[in-house]
Amino acid sequence: MMTQPDALIARFLQKDAMSFEKIYELYSESLFGVINSILHDKELSEEVLQDTFVKIWNNSDRYNPKKGRFFTWMLNIARNSAIDKTRSKAFKNQRKNHTAEYFVDILEARGSFNTSVDAIGIQKFVDVLEPLCKKIIHFLFFKGYTQKETAEELEIPLGTVKTRNRICIKKLRDIVGVE
Amino acid sequence: MKDPQTYIDSGVLELFVYGTLPEEEMVEVAHIVAQNPVLLQEVVSIENSLLKLASAAAPAQVADFSNLRKYIDVDGKVIPLSRKRTPIPTIILWAAAILLLAGVGYLYTENSKLENQLVDTERELLLQESKTQVAESDLQQTKDILNVIRQQDLIAVPLGAQAVAPEAYASVYWDQENGKAYIDVKGLPEPPQGKVYQVWSLTLEPLTPTSLGILDQYDVTGNQIFELDNPNQSEAFGITLEPAGGSESPTLEQLYTLGVVTS
Repeated sequence: MMTQPDALIARFLQKDAMSFEKIYELYSESLFGVINSILHDKELSEEVLQDTFVKIWNNSDRYNPKKGRFFTWMLNIARNSAIDKTRSKAFKNQRKNHTAEYFVDILEARGSFNTSVDAIGIQKFVDVLEPLCKKIIHFLFFKGYTQKETAEELEIPLGTVKTRNRICIKKLRDIVGVE
Repeated sequence: MKDPQTYIDSGVLELFVYGTLPEEEMVEVAHIVAQNPVLLQEVVSIENSLLKLASAAAPAQVADFSNLRKYIDVDGKVIPLSRKRTPIPTIILWAAAILLLAGVGYLYTENSKLENQLVDTERELLLQESKTQVAESDLQQTKDILNVIRQQDLIAVPLGAQAVAPEAYASVYWDQENGKAYIDVKGLPEPPQGKVYQVWSLTLEPLTPTSLGILDQYDVTGNQIFELDNPNQSEAFGITLEPAGGSESPTLEQLYTLGVVTS
């Protein structure tokens, strides 16, 4: 199983263009998914994804391993860029005819294309996972809400969010076959 | 530190990967995880499952990395971003908007000018029309006067000035046959407010005045001719200034003009 490519990240932090390309290959699709689960729009998400990676490149000196995972750092940039985009006119225009609310809707709605993901496995996840799990993961992971904000958004007790979150991720790991 | 399993069960590692913990907790968890391979393995597993889940939410295949190359140079240095493609179209849009605004403003000014000109022209036209009306009415009056004084058998009686108004004069054209007197008052000053001219027919011996009427439709132009009935055997005509409505007998101190019938 893939672990965080520390050597690669270290080279990237030295502004090595080759390692940046590798990092793009490793993480771009996931960040694309995160962005799209906020924007629900392919073209806008592509724009924001590019924007995100430019920021990742330009701000690499701001990544501090003492404050979290490299993926988490990129995830924050992606989310913030996407949220910025939600305030744009382009987003407000497309908002009118969008239907997907949760990332699971995207999973169900999207056409088939080659990804690094076992689409069947994910579909299983979507099928198996209870609705509350989908919602909790949607807010905590995709949208970056705190547990408190998630509890308020879903109108459930904070304790439920805490315990459910753990269980939901565990199920997710079982389904996608991650060790 | 706590037993790794307890730490794992607390659910804090998921939040650590989400990046939704407060900053000091992020630092704390990062520190703990870095020192404990079991926790690190747990974090990696969480992270990988989330990576998979997230990529499943990608709406399409990601664009090729080559799209990004223009933002980084070969030496790996930052290229000061001229930020996406938006600035140029934005500038053009703004320029177009400003031009449009200027154009609208120009047209508006031109339109206002034209409107003002139109108003001026209309006013000029009205002025000319009223001048024409005045001229036509003057002409009509002049024709009327001519018609009167050209009549045959008309006795013209010039009325001369008296002490009250040394400059005043008037004319009476007497149509004896039809019992009409036409009074031309061009030479009389405009009567003061509340006063009217009154025309008298006089017989001389003894002096007997008979009122022919008052000139109460007096026109400032003084161009008109007053037509009065005069069935009398007049020997002279006089015009006095009287209080509005006229008097029974002439106020001789206010005798403006007097003339004797000579023929």
